[in-house]
Amino acid sequence: MSATGWIGKPVRRVEDARLLTGRGRYIDDHPPVANVHHAAIVRSPHAHARIRGYDLTAALAVDGVVGAITGEDVLRHTKPFGVGVTAPVHYYCAATDKARFVGEPVAVVVAKSRYVAEDAAELVRVSYEPLRAVVDPERALEPDAPVLHDAVGTNLAGHRRLVYGDPDRAFREADVVLEERFRFPKYGSTPIETYGVIATWDAFEGVCTVWSNFMGPFIMHPLTARVLGLPENQLRFIVPPDIGGSFGIKTSIYPYMALIALAARLCGVPVKWIEDRREHLLASSSGTDRVAYRELAAKKDGTILGMRFRWLDNVGGYIRSPEPGCSFRPTGNFVGPYRFQNLEVDASIVMTNKSLTGPNRGYACGHLYFESEGMIDRLADKVGLDPAEVRRRNLVPSDAFPYRTPTGGLYDSGDYQAAFDKALELAKYTELRREQARARAAGRYFGIGLALAVDPSVSNMGYVATALDPQFRAKPEYLPKSGAVDSATVKVDPLGRVIAILGTTPQGQGHQTIVSQIVADELGLTPEEITVVDEMDTFTRVWSISSGTYSSRFGSVGTSAVVLAARKLKGKLVEYGAHLLDVPKEQLTFRDGAIRPRTGKGPSYSIKDLAGRAHWNTESLPEGMEPGLQATAVFGFTVSKAVDAEDRVNSSNTYGFIAEVMAVEVDPETATIKILRYVTVHDAGTIINPMIAEGQIYGGALHGLGGALYEELAYDEDGQLLTGTFMDYLVPTASEAPTIDIAHVVSPSPLTPLGSKGLGESSSMTVPAVIANAVSDALAPLGIRITELPMTPTKLWKTIEQAGRSHAAPRAGHPRPEPNSGTPLR
Amino acid sequence: MKPPKFDYHAPASLDEALALLRRYGGDAKVLAGGQSLMPLLNFRLSRPAALVDLNRIPSLAYIEERDGQVRFGAMTRQRTIEFSPLVARRVPLLREATKWVGHLPIRTRGTIGGSIAHADPSAEYPAVLTALDGEVVARGPKGERVVRARDFFVTYLTTSLEADEILVEVRLPATPAGAGWALEEFARRHGDFAIVAIAALVVRDGARCGAARLATAGAGPVPVRLRAAEEILERDGLTDAAIDAAARRAAELVSPDSDIHASADYRRHLTTVLTRRALTRARTVAHA
Repeated sequence: MSATGWIGKPVRRVEDARLLTGRGRYIDDHPPVANVHHAAIVRSPHAHARIRGYDLTAALAVDGVVGAITGEDVLRHTKPFGVGVTAPVHYYCAATDKARFVGEPVAVVVAKSRYVAEDAAELVRVSYEPLRAVVDPERALEPDAPVLHDAVGTNLAGHRRLVYGDPDRAFREADVVLEERFRFPKYGSTPIETYGVIATWDAFEGVCTVWSNFMGPFIMHPLTARVLGLPENQLRFIVPPDIGGSFGIKTSIYPYMALIALAARLCGVPVKWIEDRREHLLASSSGTDRVAYRELAAKKDGTILGMRFRWLDNVGGYIRSPEPGCSFRPTGNFVGPYRFQNLEVDASIVMTNKSLTGPNRGYACGHLYFESEGMIDRLADKVGLDPAEVRRRNLVPSDAFPYRTPTGGLYDSGDYQAAFDKALELAKYTELRREQARARAAGRYFGIGLALAVDPSVSNMGYVATALDPQFRAKPEYLPKSGAVDSATVKVDPLGRVIAILGTTPQGQGHQTIVSQIVADELGLTPEEITVVDEMDTFTRVWSISSGTYSSRFGSVGTSAVVLAARKLKGKLVEYGAHLLDVPKEQLTFRDGAIRPRTGKGPSYSIKDLAGRAHWNTESLPEGMEPGLQATAVFGFTVSKAVDAEDRVNSSNTYGFIAEVMAVEVDPETATIKILRYVTVHDAGTIINPMIAEGQIYGGALHGLGGALYEELAYDEDGQLLTGTFMDYLVPTASEAPTIDIAHVVSPSPLTPLGSKGLGESSSMTVPAVIANAVSDALAPLGIRITELPMTPTKLWKTIEQAGRSHAAPRAGHPRPEPNSGTPLR
Repeated sequence: MKPPKFDYHAPASLDEALALLRRYGGDAKVLAGGQSLMPLLNFRLSRPAALVDLNRIPSLAYIEERDGQVRFGAMTRQRTIEFSPLVARRVPLLREATKWVGHLPIRTRGTIGGSIAHADPSAEYPAVLTALDGEVVARGPKGERVVRARDFFVTYLTTSLEADEILVEVRLPATPAGAGWALEEFARRHGDFAIVAIAALVVRDGARCGAARLATAGAGPVPVRLRAAEEILERDGLTDAAIDAAARRAAELVSPDSDIHASADYRRHLTTVLTRRALTRARTVAHA
């Protein structure tokens, strides 16, 4: 096999020229659909209200309006979406009986332009009977709390208690037991491109075509078909070549695809809806806010014996698939990089009057590691060990891979000790500790944080069933679920040009570039010679339930499918070349775009030559060879298995590793956190393009920083969103980005042909932990430990104040005095 | 996020603009750089019958020094001010404040008149105007009137401008010799409106402080001139103790509100911290 070595090189992204010059082909750039009309969505101003009726008269009278639909139409013409729990939550694509969060769609107006549609949307009269709202997940479970779903009778959408090993014994036998309560905030991703949907119905074939920037998983296609009452082969999802970022959020666009499709059907025109930023912040998707109660049992030498997690995950007004992944997505890596065997997880999925949740970069892992790594630091403090040493004593050893976790995860490869050592070395950890001692002596608040994480990629669709009781899963009518699959086609045209075809819904990650590197290596060509077409169309692409790009899939699954397809095609070309040259195929190799003898001596055929002959003269093919030069491969992980009777599941397929060190200084006067040093070491197996990998790490780190310091979808007690614009919902920008020192350790995955793993979520799951630990360390002299994010200056200042060391201003408030002007400035 | 319907006018002269305002009888909005008004329109929080766009009136953009004042045409862009040698020399506090205004694209469009007439109490320019006790010139149907800073800001986003008036000029006193200045701002991100900012200017007179100027952004519904704190410095000089006393006094002079970004207590506390830091730095500049 000739590898010309494009893999591993920072090949420049072919996408950038068009993306950076504003020529990306996004959903809003879709070529005009004849007679397309525009939707404006009427949204509930109430967090919780019964809907008594609608009056569309004034809206329909506006010049240019062609129609409108309401929850009544939704109820009449669609079914509710399937949800991931057994509780009878009826989740439709718009409110039907009640509005359960501010911003929930209640009606859609369709008009000749968005301006007119918005004018008319203001005139839609909805008669509401406001109800009491609840936004806090603990409050929502109190007996007197308002209940959102009458059919459920409680706000608890689901609850599981998972037990692995013997946690009770671990806690009984522990020298040290630690407890803590944590709160993790609700935040999203704010991709630059918001949601967009165009829907049209073909009156003759009965086909509904929906263009959108949906990113997968394509399980949502059959779910949506069922909602719309269509057979799957009459619902066509098409995703344009470019999606302007997603980070998980665009998984949750599917209810809008159904809603706009319904509007198009009932109004009799193609309908386009581009979500605006206000709508996005109000009602797209976010991660859950969580209250977590943690317990840790350990020996006095720092060996962890077991943990208990008790979670209340707040999924908002309805539980929307793939929730409750918020609790169960990391099942296989609940224990992180540590080797303790005893764990109890008590997960409550709570519905409140907030917007709905779903995958958000790091899906549930930011929560998990914020809590776990915080507990490890508390343990270090308790047993009087350096936090690095406590971690070292508990790591899964380097010779233990592949490692089966007590929760069913199969860590495919890794060398956690080596990566951790590298991070400590890069950060000059020992020196940092000395610097800290000097700073503390000088009265400064200097802290060092550590965080380690197993970075799961390529979720196994089967994990979602962890939400269901084993008894339910044991019923004969229950269908087990598992899998992580994607496909690719590689073909050679008659003049020898190579085209690779995928449907991986790239969101800016550079799939075209990566694919061109892989195919170039496999076929002995250069990346420029490969054309990559990556546009999803459920009618023409080969896809499955788990297709799409989410859960850091592409680096493992999509790339593997490309390798397999290219190898299949190469095998055929070699066989054909051997036939033409009349030599055994083992004597041939692919190099520099030609098939030639391994010895280097003798005749060769270029791909162009082979392609011409194969296409133009099928008589030249060896007997039995299928004409045409293309190969399609479907790659699936065989380690994806359904959850077992003991709730064990390999919830992801490849598992990377992250080790981080951060040093901060806190200004106690302003409560400002300054990041002085930040080192992140990753093991994602083989790195295909280090430049792209670095970009992912930067983005992930900034995203994590957002959740840790800036971003929160905050609500008041009545369920009104307080951070509905970018003036209030603060996303870190380049100015807030710290310098990041990145390094890699490479433990190739034995499960993928290239040894690669996913890397797209990366430091988004560790930064909340590492910075919270660093700030806790900085403020340790004041007895402060961070238990709640985001660490906004006003909250942190109050904490410092309460710790009794602040330099508080006098409290006496005086009205503004009448000023005199002072001496003139002359 | 599409604005409701409005008429749009782009007059070529100030008189024409004033006539339009009269015609709409208080139902028109003046468009300068658009950095605040356009989002308000798109959110449908502002629903004027018409926009009167000043961007086609070239005579409204200038910077000149006259009678010990630096005078700015209302449509002078913040980016122009940022790089004006005259501003750097004669009103260096304004130059320093400009660096805190939004981001480059915002400053490229944003104007001094727009920022001041919009009267966001967390903005930097109103704080500088207040600290320096500057003036604005309002032109209306009855001609021009000069309004002092302290008479201009009424409350959040509200000024004493009449509906038929246009703010045409901003006047700031030129900085005297021996002066030092500083603007200290606390915001959660670079480019955000201030949670609290303090604009400070001190004039050294031998060992004494000949004059001190302090004003806030973000510490109440209008920028607050901290005169009682200034008096401490003018009385006791620029010693550490006096600066500390002035900083503590400053917190007593403000009545900040709580919002999603900061509590009133925290803002009051920041008023002290930033006053001390601004004065300390201004003193250094004055001695340089």
